[in-house]
Amino acid sequence: MQLEFSPEEIAFQKEVRTFIAENYPENLRSVQDEGHDLSKEDFLSWHRILAKKGWIAPAWPVEYGGTGWTATQRFIWSEELAAADCVGTMPFGLSMVGPVIYTFGTPEQKARFLPGILSGDDWWCQGYSEPGAGSDLASLRTKAVRDGDHYVVNGQKTWTTMAQHADWGFFLVRTDSDAKAQEGISFLLIDMKTPGVTVRPIITLGGEHEVNEVWLEDVRVPVENRVYEENKGWTCAKFLLAHERTGIAAVARSKRGVEKIKAIARTEQDGDLPLIANPFFKRKISELEIDLTALEFTELRSLAGEAAGKGPGPESSLLKIKGSEIQQRITELALEAVGHYGAPYFRGFGEGDNEHPIGPDYAHRAAPTYFNTRKTTIYGGSNEIQRNIIAKMVLGI
Amino acid sequence: MRNVDIKMLKQVQHDGPLDRIIIMDFSYTETQDMIRETLSRFLADTYDFDSRNKMISSGSGRDPGIWKALAQDLGMLGASFSEEHGGLGGGHLENALIMEELGKVIAIEPYLQTVVLGGGALKAVGGAIADAVIPEIIGGNVIIAFAYAEPQGRYNLANIRTTAKKDGAGYVLNGHKGVVYAAPWATHLLVTARTGGSGSEANGVSLFLIDANTAGIVRRDYPTVDGFQASEVYFENVAIPGDALLGDEGAGLPLIERIVDEATVAVCAEACGVTAKLHSGTLEYARQRNQFGQPISRFQVLQHRMVDMFMEVEQSKSMTTMATLKLDLPAAERMAAVSACKAKVSRAAKFVGQSAIQTHGGIGITQELAIGHFFKRATMIESQFGSADHHYERFERLTLAD
Repeated sequence: MQLEFSPEEIAFQKEVRTFIAENYPENLRSVQDEGHDLSKEDFLSWHRILAKKGWIAPAWPVEYGGTGWTATQRFIWSEELAAADCVGTMPFGLSMVGPVIYTFGTPEQKARFLPGILSGDDWWCQGYSEPGAGSDLASLRTKAVRDGDHYVVNGQKTWTTMAQHADWGFFLVRTDSDAKAQEGISFLLIDMKTPGVTVRPIITLGGEHEVNEVWLEDVRVPVENRVYEENKGWTCAKFLLAHERTGIAAVARSKRGVEKIKAIARTEQDGDLPLIANPFFKRKISELEIDLTALEFTELRSLAGEAAGKGPGPESSLLKIKGSEIQQRITELALEAVGHYGAPYFRGFGEGDNEHPIGPDYAHRAAPTYFNTRKTTIYGGSNEIQRNIIAKMVLGI
Repeated sequence: MRNVDIKMLKQVQHDGPLDRIIIMDFSYTETQDMIRETLSRFLADTYDFDSRNKMISSGSGRDPGIWKALAQDLGMLGASFSEEHGGLGGGHLENALIMEELGKVIAIEPYLQTVVLGGGALKAVGGAIADAVIPEIIGGNVIIAFAYAEPQGRYNLANIRTTAKKDGAGYVLNGHKGVVYAAPWATHLLVTARTGGSGSEANGVSLFLIDANTAGIVRRDYPTVDGFQASEVYFENVAIPGDALLGDEGAGLPLIERIVDEATVAVCAEACGVTAKLHSGTLEYARQRNQFGQPISRFQVLQHRMVDMFMEVEQSKSMTTMATLKLDLPAAERMAAVSACKAKVSRAAKFVGQSAIQTHGGIGITQELAIGHFFKRATMIESQFGSADHHYERFERLTLAD
């Protein structure tokens, strides 16, 4: 064990840092800085730049379009993206359905779908949760009945993130109602333009339109769009859930978040002193920062275990729990730090009314972000479900 | 995520500027693996709960044969010393893994005081005194106790009233050191004293290594709640030779801070062993304890508590690894890393210890089971070399300026 300097890694870091500095879209930066919502085009502009460079899917095998980077290089890359405050790429294609397709899909499915995921031409969404199937996902009831070369799908999905932009969705559907919960499920790829697919917005606490309800009424899906075997979709779902948890610690992004809070706390006045001089507030920052260090080194230890030949194991639940709690604490401190100016609701202003901003820029999204971030301990398997997973898979109880 | 699984990977961390990239290699060498396995086997044979109880209730409060065996049969006391001094050429990592193993059996051996603190100071100053004493440590012939704390000083290492007045070629010591762990067993005392200055001034602090049997040293010995022996040590015009001084006169504080940081990480490593056992012992108990017609491990509220304990243990290991790897960085970075580690580990030790007792119920608060004894050591570790509050405060002073 040791700490040492590596010239190769420094050179790589310099290369990616320079690339980001020279290629990150200016207009996207200003949209972010002013605290506006990001449009589909905003997200895609950065995606396409990375796709063109060949850096859009560093975690994929090289044969399917990955970069061939080492774990170390991928780590540097994600740190640099976070340090430069770049918008994230949408995970639904790149981190979720992409790996399922190249792992379980047919050669035809790979050829048809992977290029669109990499280029950004196809925007994907995830049809998993239902009104009656949240933490107990395997109780899902959306039904697919075979009719010749098609499945006819009926049911309702919910919490479908960014479905309003989606070209395609990957759906868990029940193809055998008599089988035990997890055994009658299949994994279908559905063109969102198919007749019978209806997307309805759900507005969340910060006023955002991120999630949707998706209604499926007699939607005809070609059988060739089923990934893996019929009734074996849960295998894909489990694989994907494990993939979803890796990287969910979001260490690099949270480090950036902590730095932002420090900057706010040095700017905000608390009487005659900056807020950061308040010993109570200062203690919250130091606790956060130290907990983040603990998370970071736990992730590094976990990655080291993975590189030694172990896949992402159930202990990644630990990273999800601690990572999501830290993300929430960051937004909580940011809101606390801005004091009075957490209250103005910018979405409530009329068009053009926000030309003369009220309060400091960093306050504009503090409350909506705090509200929105309550999701992190709920999605991807709630933190209580993660504890069940650790209890069963790690502790054996 | 056990340590043995962490092999052959280099991971990178950086905090901004290009020249601050740090490569982290989480692999252990074969020698390190061997040290852990050898020690673990030896302690399994010698340090079961009953044997430990017998040692503690014996006349001297220890079994000197264990220390001799660690030195002479296992070569364990040389693991963190250079080959020139007769050691295995290791350092902080060897100390950490040995402390973790000692923690797993709540050993009462004076490794921390003798090897980490005494040995650490000698390695730092080098020279004739290091050449003379280190081989004796490795051979098991020397036991060092660290006499630094004073009743008024709390965790401030510079708040020292003990004086060392120049007297010809030597010094004369006067003062009172409190709760000096291992002092009743010690051949040597590592003493902090003022050769100048006053109060908590950095200047004027010096470090001495003296013969524990020098005339004028008065001890009041007592057992500690966690199974060790300790003393109040009074220096009454104790004449010591000039070569007892380690480092430069009046400029010893940075050296003291450094060895205390090394010792702080070592007790965090010990805490990893102690809390891992608190957790596994609780798990085992919950599986066999039946209430309401089933093992209490089936109750979700207890499962989640045990998961929370697991997460604290794992994060303690992560922080201890982090701080161990940063012990040789420049002082300010080293101190911030060590304080981050100790703050986190102190809280983990409290949470895991209290949760272990609660989950055991009534039997947990008796002397009958080992679990309560692990809890007692965990509780003393919480404040050893500074409480969580102390270390949060030091971390803030170093990293969160206004």
